[in-house]
Amino acid sequence: MAHAQYLVVGSSHAALEAVNAVRMHDARGSVTLVTRDSRLPYSPTVLPYIVSGRSAADNVHLRAADYFAKQRVDYKSDSALARLQPQRNVATLSDGSEIAYDKLLLATGASPAIPPIPGIDAVPFHVLRTLDDALRLKNAIAGARRAVVLGAGLVGMHAAENLVKAGAEVSIVEMQPQVLGAYFDRVAARIIERAFVENGARILTGRRVVGLAAGAASVLVRLDNGETLEGDLLLAATGVRPNIGFLAGSGVAHDQGILVDDYMRTNVANVWAAGDCAQARDFFGESPVLNAILPDAAEQGRIAGMAMAGDPGLKAYAGGVPLNTYHFFGRHALAVGVGAVPVGGEERIRADEARDRYLRVVVKDGRLQGVFGVNEFFDSGVMRQLILRRVDMSGALDRLVADPLTTGREFMSRLWK
Amino acid sequence: MGRGYSTIAFDAAKCDGCAKCMSACAAAKTGADDISRARLQVMSADGAFELAMCRQCGDPKCVTVCPTGALGKDAQSGVVAWDGGKCVDCLLCTVGCAYAGIAPDKSDGRVAKCDMCEGAPSCVSACPTGALRHITTARIYNEVGDWEDLFAPGLSGCQGCNTELLMRHTMRRVGPDSVLATPPGCVPGMGAVGYNGLTGTKVPVFHPLLTNTAPMLAGVKRQLKRKGREVTAIAIAGDGGASDVGFQSLSGAAERGEEILFMVVDNEGYMNTGMQRSSCTPYGAWTSTTPVGRKTKGKTQDAKNLPLLMVNHRCAYVATASTAFMQDLYDKLDKAIVASRSGFAYLHVYSPCTTGWRFPTDQNMEVARKAVETNFVMLWEFCPGEGLRFTHPVDAPLPVTDYLKAMGRFRHLSEDQIGHLQAKVEENRALIEQIATKSNAA
Repeated sequence: MAHAQYLVVGSSHAALEAVNAVRMHDARGSVTLVTRDSRLPYSPTVLPYIVSGRSAADNVHLRAADYFAKQRVDYKSDSALARLQPQRNVATLSDGSEIAYDKLLLATGASPAIPPIPGIDAVPFHVLRTLDDALRLKNAIAGARRAVVLGAGLVGMHAAENLVKAGAEVSIVEMQPQVLGAYFDRVAARIIERAFVENGARILTGRRVVGLAAGAASVLVRLDNGETLEGDLLLAATGVRPNIGFLAGSGVAHDQGILVDDYMRTNVANVWAAGDCAQARDFFGESPVLNAILPDAAEQGRIAGMAMAGDPGLKAYAGGVPLNTYHFFGRHALAVGVGAVPVGGEERIRADEARDRYLRVVVKDGRLQGVFGVNEFFDSGVMRQLILRRVDMSGALDRLVADPLTTGREFMSRLWK
Repeated sequence: MGRGYSTIAFDAAKCDGCAKCMSACAAAKTGADDISRARLQVMSADGAFELAMCRQCGDPKCVTVCPTGALGKDAQSGVVAWDGGKCVDCLLCTVGCAYAGIAPDKSDGRVAKCDMCEGAPSCVSACPTGALRHITTARIYNEVGDWEDLFAPGLSGCQGCNTELLMRHTMRRVGPDSVLATPPGCVPGMGAVGYNGLTGTKVPVFHPLLTNTAPMLAGVKRQLKRKGREVTAIAIAGDGGASDVGFQSLSGAAERGEEILFMVVDNEGYMNTGMQRSSCTPYGAWTSTTPVGRKTKGKTQDAKNLPLLMVNHRCAYVATASTAFMQDLYDKLDKAIVASRSGFAYLHVYSPCTTGWRFPTDQNMEVARKAVETNFVMLWEFCPGEGLRFTHPVDAPLPVTDYLKAMGRFRHLSEDQIGHLQAKVEENRALIEQIATKSNAA
């Protein structure tokens, strides 16, 4: 049976950062990386840009072709993890082969969550999570005239923008009362929605799809208000779900995702998890959360890699902070932190909706909880650090709202030394 | 082996907020004069200046969060490089950076960052106060690592010895076409001249007397030259041998313009033989011959300024140096090697002695640095025709106590003695400044 001191499952940000962290500390230990994908590593975040044609599929790899050989990592593509037997320290792959490990990282990511809509099994639809999905969608968009997008999260909105730009008639259906509800409040969302509407998209928020049916050369989408949309392209972008099917019978504790401690350890010896499949500490709350965003995946992967290799520089995970940077129709929106005003907290708003500008800051006890801007300039990384380090900004809130770029840098600069 | 990289250093104390760096950057990178688009932003926080710019991190977070592979650290230059063709303007990189080192340019919404101007940063050349400096010391690390160490491994220097570091660096740079003279002192004491018929070096080495190092080396050089061989004749001598009993012959060789490189390793005493005082030992210092007791409180005379004496020989090159300032040391070594082909080159290197000066073995560089930062020693160079100039002027020196308290040999000093030393530092500084000013004006 094949054996690896470090076995990493997955090939995106969490997995790659983990490999890097392992190699930083352990230049010799044998590392095997297995991935269900057939290509060199890429980021799910880049997929909308493949769809739009902005990025070429062969130009988005996160590692060069010779990287794994140089780092002496055994890279096995087309190999999904099928089953885990932690009591034997053995992983079984989709082709039935087994790999014994000393230490295992599960960075298996997530897959599209398919909504349980009656009739969905009977109609063709697209999802967007893999490079192949992206290439399929790109081809379909070229010939699409009327498109229906289910879900107004990041993936749905990006795809809808591409469809609009490709000349299609686009309807976006969202159950929540606004778009991008995970990151932006009503006002910010309104500015974003307006940009879509101005460009010809139709946004149906607060609407549920109650049925799907195949038409002559189209899909019929029936809404809860009785309206029926007709589209020749249907995209289901209603969120993702961690890939954890292989856990059955393994004893690895999971809730929505794989439960990990602040060092990305699972409850089972020699098994770590990181990235979109992991459910880890929430910076703002008590219970562990899925924070399926790229920066957290990278951070968790790095921590897991350091922990696995025994790097003494290891520090505990501070907890997930929601983050989003979003470009739409030449404009941009930034979200760092949580938008709900906590008990005893306050919010400050500077809005100029006519000019499509909006800034909202949430603080508690002088500490930044969240900052949200549309067409505003500030350093998301600086704001994230000010939140993580709980920097006292009381007394500077007015300045922060008036000029978040300069004020953020000013506070952060005291910690740069 | 990894590589070292050049970097841009910022000294907030020297910045006056003139913004010339930002103008130069904006002009170089955007072709416009809008300083808000500069890749470095000087800002004022709490009355002090700070710099928002890319640190070219060794482990860049912006790279780890880039979904397109548009960012990467260049292994040769160390620059975190941005590929605009791959970038999709998602701005995620800005989430990774805690230094505001990568931020969208308001003109087009695309991220922009410092790229070090291909090794010649515009901001640094535009800075009128010296607050911004381009530190290229990494060159030494990258180059020296490939040069051959001309000393045997396992020399028996004391733990934390500065002299061993200095002589290994020096001979690496001087190279194998050389002859080395090492009179009695720490250098042969730690085994450079060898044991049991074998030398401790990979070049010809000999062990002259304290009194005849310079003329003996000069003779060897003349003979080799007569035979048509181009070699660097170098002496690595202690301060005792050079400033006391060896001074007459040193002075004579310098006066005759012998084509040799004479390096003095100044550890301010005869450390090899039991830490006796030399004429280079500073006032107040404890040595085994200037003890501290009820009556005596260390050395009662001031140190001789040997390098200044050598300036008065009008040597082809004279300089002082410190291992805490390697780039400066290497620049001077390069010049001294060239000068020794046509005349007498003299290098005086201050070399803290962990054993004789009584400080922990991991503190050598710190003590050497403090000596310079308090102006207890000054780094300068002299060339005939060009005069004397400071190579690392310290305009706002630390109080001399910061240096004195770093070691045990000054622990007993009274307030009066400290006052004497502080006054001496200022007097020395004034004297050398006078020479420097006058020769620069001439």
